[in-house]
Amino acid sequence: MDHYQNEGLMDWAGPILQGALVTIEIALLAYVIGLGLGLVGAAARLSPYRPIQALAAFYSTLVRAVPELLLIILLYYAGTQALNMVLGALGWQSQLEISGFISAVGVLAFVQGAYMTEVFRGAILAIPRGQLEAADAYGFSRWARFHRIVIPAMLPNALPGMSNLWLILVKDTALISVIGFEELFFTAQQAAASTRSYFLFYAVAGALYLVMTLGSNVLFGWAERYVRRGQPGN
Amino acid sequence: MNFTWITDPYYQEYLWTGFFNTLALVGVSGTLGLVLAVIFALLQLNGPKPVAWFVRGITTVVRGTPLLVQLFFFYDGVGRLLPEIPGIRESLFWPMLRDPFFYGALTFTLSVGAYSGEVIRGALLSVPSGELAAGRAFGLSRWQILYRLWLPRAIQLCLPTLTGEMILLLKSVPLVSTIAMMDLLKAANLVRDETFLVYEPLLLIAGIYIAMTLVLTTAMRIIEQRFPGVQPAKAQRRLLPG
Repeated sequence: MDHYQNEGLMDWAGPILQGALVTIEIALLAYVIGLGLGLVGAAARLSPYRPIQALAAFYSTLVRAVPELLLIILLYYAGTQALNMVLGALGWQSQLEISGFISAVGVLAFVQGAYMTEVFRGAILAIPRGQLEAADAYGFSRWARFHRIVIPAMLPNALPGMSNLWLILVKDTALISVIGFEELFFTAQQAAASTRSYFLFYAVAGALYLVMTLGSNVLFGWAERYVRRGQPGN
Repeated sequence: MNFTWITDPYYQEYLWTGFFNTLALVGVSGTLGLVLAVIFALLQLNGPKPVAWFVRGITTVVRGTPLLVQLFFFYDGVGRLLPEIPGIRESLFWPMLRDPFFYGALTFTLSVGAYSGEVIRGALLSVPSGELAAGRAFGLSRWQILYRLWLPRAIQLCLPTLTGEMILLLKSVPLVSTIAMMDLLKAANLVRDETFLVYEPLLLIAGIYIAMTLVLTTAMRIIEQRFPGVQPAKAQRRLLPG
């Protein structure tokens, strides 16, 4: 039992900070993929083709109605199986093993994409029509119109939602610990169980998450001022 | 896909227990949480400075840390320190302090209080000051102004957002399966362990959650319609986290 007494915060500081780094990596990667999924989803929801619209609406509505933890467990188990089934149907016989990191990022990005779809859809719908028509009148190509007009014009509307989703994502990474992936909270749980200082290590984990979320708030504040440059009231 | 286990009364009992525990947790923490939210909002706006700062601090910490970490903090962190308080084992509260339901309800109540408290605080601030001045001009007391004018007007403004908060609460319930409380996810996991089915039980409770979300959204919409003067929000925004 003495062993428990000897291990303390100092012994676990390294692994816990390492876990915090993994958490940030997962969150950043899932966020970037989620942004991409959200843009595709929003484009699909606003597309003139009914089946594509319906598919995107199905994705974003369904994912947002099911608890995140349930989705994460479901996608973690069923996702691997489904992927192997698809590969099997294509004639690949190899049993694919997905690494914990990839499935963690994949699952979080999939959930994030559904919420991001709605944020971008709302932001794009809020762009005054005249701005898009002006781009057409100047002969902009579709791509030029997208990245010169649509993106800069929608970002001020989308950024509050995007920053909200980033904070939710950082907090949702803790859910990955439930499927046994070693990120910040999983390491904190191990430390707590091994030293029996549950109170201390959960407080430390909470404090680290708090630093991440408060820090992100500052960064998003700067980003918001940047995308709103040139708008009245600044 | 194999769903034959659904007809087995043995597994049905797990699922019903999980279902009612889920409802009970949402009911208890939703009600207490909204009361706490109003208190938090009022203390931040009108409380003495130190109290307002204290509430502000609680709100920031609760909103800035994962709910799962808070749950473990209260259940494992605080829960394991409690037996060291002398006499607590003999006290009336001890059975409650050993129940994971208590810790789930405590964490979720605090969470609803913090998130919805911010929503209500914003709504209270958006009530035009002329309306409150009108109340004073009519000779209403401070208390009458609060519960006849200020709060009802604020709730008119934020009821659709509060609907979203309640749906978020419902969707947080599966977290308590990690502290060994028998909710729907825990029930599904037990079925999975005993039948060796990987994902069918999870699909079933995903379906139940979708149904519960729909029922809750519809119920809140009926409340919104009965509450005079509420601006209906766009349906799309409701599932979005606030």
